Amino acid sequence: MSHSIASTDFLKNEEHAKWHDETLWMIREKRDLASQKVPEWENLRTLASSIKEHVLSNLDHLLLEFEANATKNGIQVHWAKDAQEHNQFVLDILKKQSCAQVVKSKSILTEECHLNPFLEKNGIEVIDTDLGERIVQFLHQPPSHIVLPAIHLKKRDISELFHQKLQTEKGNEDPYYLTQAARNHLREKFLKAKVAITGVNFGIAETGEFVVCTNEGNADMGVHLADVHIACMGIEKLIPRRNDLGVFLRLLARSATGQAITNYTSHFRGPEKGKQIHLILVDNGRTEQLGREKFRNSLKCIRCGACMNTCPIYRRSGGFSYQSTVPGPIGSILSPGLDLKKYSSLPFASTLCGSCTDVCPVKINIHEQLYEWRQEITKANPNYAESLSMKLASGIFKSPLAYRISGFLMRKLIINLPDSLLYNPWNVWGKGRKLPKAPQESFRNWYLNHRKDEQ
Amino acid sequence: MSSKQEILEKIRHLRLDQTELPTIPEFKNSLNTEEEFKASIEANKGEVISQEKLMSWISESGFQNTLSFSQLINVNTSYTKIEDAHELDQLQVAIIDGQFGVGENGAIWITNDQVPFRAIPFITEHLVIVIPKNEIVPTMHQAYIKTSNQTYSFGLFIAGPSKTADIEQSLVIGAHGAKSLRVVLV
Ligand code: SF4
Repeated sequence: MSHSIASTDFLKNEEHAKWHDETLWMIREKRDLASQKVPEWENLRTLASSIKEHVLSNLDHLLLEFEANATKNGIQVHWAKDAQEHNQFVLDILKKQSCAQVVKSKSILTEECHLNPFLEKNGIEVIDTDLGERIVQFLHQPPSHIVLPAIHLKKRDISELFHQKLQTEKGNEDPYYLTQAARNHLREKFLKAKVAITGVNFGIAETGEFVVCTNEGNADMGVHLADVHIACMGIEKLIPRRNDLGVFLRLLARSATGQAITNYTSHFRGPEKGKQIHLILVDNGRTEQLGREKFRNSLKCIRCGACMNTCPIYRRSGGFSYQSTVPGPIGSILSPGLDLKKYSSLPFASTLCGSCTDVCPVKINIHEQLYEWRQEITKANPNYAESLSMKLASGIFKSPLAYRISGFLMRKLIINLPDSLLYNPWNVWGKGRKLPKAPQESFRNWYLNHRKDEQ
Repeated sequence: MSSKQEILEKIRHLRLDQTELPTIPEFKNSLNTEEEFKASIEANKGEVISQEKLMSWISESGFQNTLSFSQLINVNTSYTKIEDAHELDQLQVAIIDGQFGVGENGAIWITNDQVPFRAIPFITEHLVIVIPKNEIVPTMHQAYIKTSNQTYSFGLFIAGPSKTADIEQSLVIGAHGAKSLRVVLV
């Protein structure tokens, strides 16, 4: 299903779609306020981007350094070339512990590897412990946003769900009441769990430690009560030095939700006495992306979700319309690398307004890469751009010059676009409400101006 | 070939030119870090209170299960011996020392030296952290410089109580971890 068709589903409930759009925009505004309070913000973004640049250019050495130091600290390191191998490692560890139930905190990598269905097929119950993830797990849905997994749901839905699953009072929609019900339910699971799985936000080559960030404290509740901690880490999550954490942690939470930092930032350097930590380093297509020069930068992503919150298409079509583990602008450049055919419509699900690039804390040129994918897709299948949904856009996408102008026009036009055009039935994403304010300057313009300044 | 070799070979095969690793400037800022720290803790939904206020809160609340590891203030502990963190499921108040705080975000640094079990700051219903007044640094950069020679096995920045906004973006304090955070500067 193409993205624009999938998004019509989301737009059926207009009131809900409007709420989704406005709520994410509010988070984007919180991000703006938080970033403006840091005078060196732009400096930090540049630093973060060049640190990751260095990581990507030196990945083999840093991986070995990381492994050596982690091993020295008592962490058991495993290497998985793909999802299947990763899942098998996890299963083997669980089997060795005779563990039939495992608690898991948020990890986009395990979603990408489809770990839950794999473990369930093998008789192991997986309990997602992040509140939003537990909610979508009850519904047999994937998360619709990488930071806000249940952002597509309203409290009415959750109240009904908890009434069925956790026997809460029917009709009680109070978020505090519902959260306490989940707390009690999950506390029991934490106390029983022998093994806990987490993702990894940063792995530090210099010290062999890794860092996990949460607000709920669910990752820590899981691992500190369990005997065995399994940490799943994409190979691009490395940073060279411990001091680099200062740069990335100042950017991450501010970009994600507008908080100055997550309430818990845990540094794991070795296991607690009598316990074990297993760390699985996963490739699963990352080395291929590293080899694609035009798209290499996408591996700098620290999964803050800011590009989703700001994207006019994401906000108006919801995470599920992308049908890929990582939705939104960054998902639209990562997913075609995994399966070009399946995800061929994603790079077109963008206005190329450049807002994603403007907010990205590691300065990934997201909208330019979206444009590059369009080129690749059109090259691979010249008819694609002629298909019905693309007719309108093809004129724009075929010529690089037209692309430059189109982003520019979009920014000008959004300000003055008459409602009659916005709500025109062909504009799937325009249904619902007025578009938000367009950003003042696109990455390309900014970049060119900036270069002019330097010359 | 092992997966490790395969992954490394794939990377080496690309022969990427190594780019330079930038040095991180100090980013000193001249704000009043203590005031900033207090404001940050409050923004994170914690509280900075005086030692007197802490004592009266504890005695008025009539807690049955309290646990203190603080070297900085004196509070009674109701446990005699703990063998395993699971025994702390009914813990109501834990009082621990923090090494220092960070002005810009309220984060407080703790390592396994401050707690005998890593689960303590999370499993307790209420958490109290005591920090020496003069131990506040402006930003995360100074925080990492300050801790660069430490040899912890577990290190933690705590900036507030456990919280979530996963139900319609309404902020709820007390998701899985501590339902409140009180910070005492001494
Ligand atoms: S691409 Fe940038 S803005 Fe988007 S999630 Fe990744 S780091 Fe955040």
